[in-house]
Amino acid sequence: MAKTILAVDDSGSLRQMVAFSLTAAGYQVVQAVDGVDGLNKAKGQTVDLVLTDQNMPNMDGLTLIKNLRGLGTYQKVPILMLTTESSDEMKAKGKAAGANGWLVKPFDPKRLIDVVQKVIGQ
Amino acid sequence: MSIDMSQFYQAFFEEAEELLAQAEHLLLDLNLESPDPEDLNAIFRAAHSIKGGAATFGMTDMAEITHVLENLLDKIRKNEMALTADHVDVFLAAKDVLNSQLEGHRSGTEVDRSIEEAVKERLKDFYEGQATPKVSENKVEETSEREKPVDKVSPETSSQPKVKETLIHNYRVEIAKLNDKDSVNLQEELGLLGEVSHKRLQNGNVEYLVKTEDDPETIITICTFIVEPEDITITEAKDASSAKVEAVNTMNLETFYVVVESLDEKDIANMKSELAILGEVAYSRLPNGSHEFSLKTSDGQAEIISICSFIVAPEKLKISNTSTDESRAKKEDKPSTNYIEEDGFGLFEPLPEPVNSSSEPLKSESVKEAKEDGLQEGSKDKMPAEVKTNQEVIPAKTEVVPPAKAAVTAKKETEKAGSNNENTSIRVGIEKVDQLINLVGELVITQAMIEQRVSKLDPIQNEDLVNSIGQLTRNTRDLQEAVMSIRMMPMDYVFSRFPRMVRDLANKLNKKVEFVTNGAATELDKGLIERIIDPLTHLVRNSIDHGIEIPEKRKESGKSEVGRLALSASSRGGNIVIEVSDDGAGLNRERILSKARQNGLPVNENMTDNEVWQLIFAPGFSTAEVVTDVSGRGVGMDVVKRNVSAMGGSIDIRSAPGYGTTMSISLPLTLAILDGMSISLGASIYVVPLNLIVETMQPKMEDIKTVTGEGLMINVRGEYLPIIPLYALFNQDTEIMHPTEGVLVILEAEGKKAALFVDGLVGQQQVVIKSLETNFKKIQGVSGATIMGDGSVALILDVPAIIKMGQNNSQGVYQ
Repeated sequence: MAKTILAVDDSGSLRQMVAFSLTAAGYQVVQAVDGVDGLNKAKGQTVDLVLTDQNMPNMDGLTLIKNLRGLGTYQKVPILMLTTESSDEMKAKGKAAGANGWLVKPFDPKRLIDVVQKVIGQ
Repeated sequence: MSIDMSQFYQAFFEEAEELLAQAEHLLLDLNLESPDPEDLNAIFRAAHSIKGGAATFGMTDMAEITHVLENLLDKIRKNEMALTADHVDVFLAAKDVLNSQLEGHRSGTEVDRSIEEAVKERLKDFYEGQATPKVSENKVEETSEREKPVDKVSPETSSQPKVKETLIHNYRVEIAKLNDKDSVNLQEELGLLGEVSHKRLQNGNVEYLVKTEDDPETIITICTFIVEPEDITITEAKDASSAKVEAVNTMNLETFYVVVESLDEKDIANMKSELAILGEVAYSRLPNGSHEFSLKTSDGQAEIISICSFIVAPEKLKISNTSTDESRAKKEDKPSTNYIEEDGFGLFEPLPEPVNSSSEPLKSESVKEAKEDGLQEGSKDKMPAEVKTNQEVIPAKTEVVPPAKAAVTAKKETEKAGSNNENTSIRVGIEKVDQLINLVGELVITQAMIEQRVSKLDPIQNEDLVNSIGQLTRNTRDLQEAVMSIRMMPMDYVFSRFPRMVRDLANKLNKKVEFVTNGAATELDKGLIERIIDPLTHLVRNSIDHGIEIPEKRKESGKSEVGRLALSASSRGGNIVIEVSDDGAGLNRERILSKARQNGLPVNENMTDNEVWQLIFAPGFSTAEVVTDVSGRGVGMDVVKRNVSAMGGSIDIRSAPGYGTTMSISLPLTLAILDGMSISLGASIYVVPLNLIVETMQPKMEDIKTVTGEGLMINVRGEYLPIIPLYALFNQDTEIMHPTEGVLVILEAEGKKAALFVDGLVGQQQVVIKSLETNFKKIQGVSGATIMGDGSVALILDVPAIIKMGQNNSQGVYQ
């Protein structure tokens, strides 16, 4: 069965790009427009990987990750942050929130797929 | 796999456009004294999102400007800098640049780079310059207290490190096969770009740390004078501080491997953080289950042991210079901290879920163990309890946050609605919609035809048929409305472009203007909405330039310094009325009259105000004493009027000296269908647009007067209106020759009233407008034609033209 990825980003075009690329690579992608939406969608189902933007309205990526980690079913699900900030500070915050890794924007689809495959396999 | 990125461009363009419009809107509404942090965040996010998208889709020019924009915004939203009107100005300018860049990418046209650079510079200046006072204050204090006091800490120098962090890149340039002489030469060359330090690495390569504003390409270009391009490796160091640390420590950095046989999760973390004090740490789980920390440090073994002794007994530590893990050792010269990192991607380990178990035995083992650890820690009874509390806490949290920020929730809702729109709307070519409208128009005609035929049948005998036709009539009307609504767009589409224009104009003219809009949700046909933009722009300009006075003058006349300009739209009957009103000086009757005389227009002192106001629509008419570059060249009002008339609309002026002016444009809801009154004249039927009819009457003899030079007049409750006999205008035979035998239809258009004398009224109905020009030719006094229920063609009267024709003809025809 195809693995499901939850992609959270407030930017429609990036979300579309992520969804398209990952779908083309054989994953199933659930999209969410912000942290709140992401959290709701995450509660409704279990996914194999969460990709989230950091800077979003309503609920940012870090808060989303913290909330997800608070859910019983998401304690062990890999979460990657897609961020334009690659400072050590951001990484530390991400780690503290419970992220498993990060991917710096901009990235191209190929790179994204590589990374996702590295984390959850084909 | 290759994925064509261009397929996402359109989505990005639309998104960026939306974000820009949204940012502009927020900027214009910003309260400079106490800006709403949520708004600032939203503006920041817009810049941030565009930057992300632009960078991803390779539009570097947009990414660059949003980057500097974002930096400045970030500073402001973090209260590190106070927001000023100048900031808003430069943000708006940046928004314009972004818009033009966006347009450039979209249509592949050239963009004016000079403006771009200028705005970028201004943003940078703000970022650097204005940041200075605050930063320097702190810095001066710090330096004076802690270090040797530096006398000449100028704001510029003290703020510099901060600036460099964002504007200057730190590159690590590694060059293979370089002799000592060349390395010195290269150091000099690279010195041209900025600060450079170099050292020879253990593997014989030479490493340069370059701090520069230039890009890697420039570095490569410079290096290629001395070395081959393939021998150059450039990586960007993360930030200034890390580069500095490296620069300082690299000379005697050594990598130690600290191996501990058993450690629990907590101590692993502790070890990492303790060792991080000494230098860069990387952690890995060895195949034999023991824990390895690699440490790149300038300190020696003794320090490592003493630091670790807080956590692990020194005898349990194994410290060596070689890694047990060979693969790691190979990667060693790459800078690494407590995570696996490749460029732009990294994982904090360990991963909670099993990864590619077959290919990486090491990781899977460690994960397995981690899992076991997790189970042991949260043993049976503890675990569910934890989960439970978490679940209780989390929903409460998510519920609490949104209500605290009601505004945000509302925004989110609209955003959500927006994102839903993506999936629930389809794009259809306008020609398809028009075809649909045409077909419905035909259907309306056919339906009217059937209705008329049926009305001739005996209603009692054919009761069922009559009822069914009634049903059909209603359905047709609903269908027609539904189809018409496809083409309808909210006036907001037009209104939303004005706040910015008003702001810029007011600034330019040193006036203070408050801009308000009403009825932005009023809908108008798409064709009309696009054509109304130009006339409205002109009217708004006029209002600001000629209407609203400069603040001093307003004060003198006892008005508030801030002028008020209102744009409103409302639906009245079958019409949309759009008004531009200001509380300025109002039109000057005397000046208009004298100007009209100069221009040779027929005027007299007895003209009503309304007639005088209409004079400004004459070609070449301008009362402005000073021609500004905003308006007042005398071209315009006549064009405005022509445009509005071409749309089947009319324009009225209400003005009172000292109180302001209101320009009121009345437009039909749509160009395709018209509510009309059919009137009879001899054997013909004509249609008069219903919205232009004030009333109809059968006049009494005593109300009709003959005025020399004006022809017949009718006294309507004290108001004398000229009677225009339609038969005379169209030279048509009819038996009804005197107004008392027929009907007078009182018309009003463009501020003028007249009584149209016709044989009789036939009925009121919706008619589908067919252009006479495209099918036949233009006829004066006729704006179009329609097909009536019985299949015959009726002409639709052009009321303003009829009134004008009536004036010209009155003397010759009706003495």
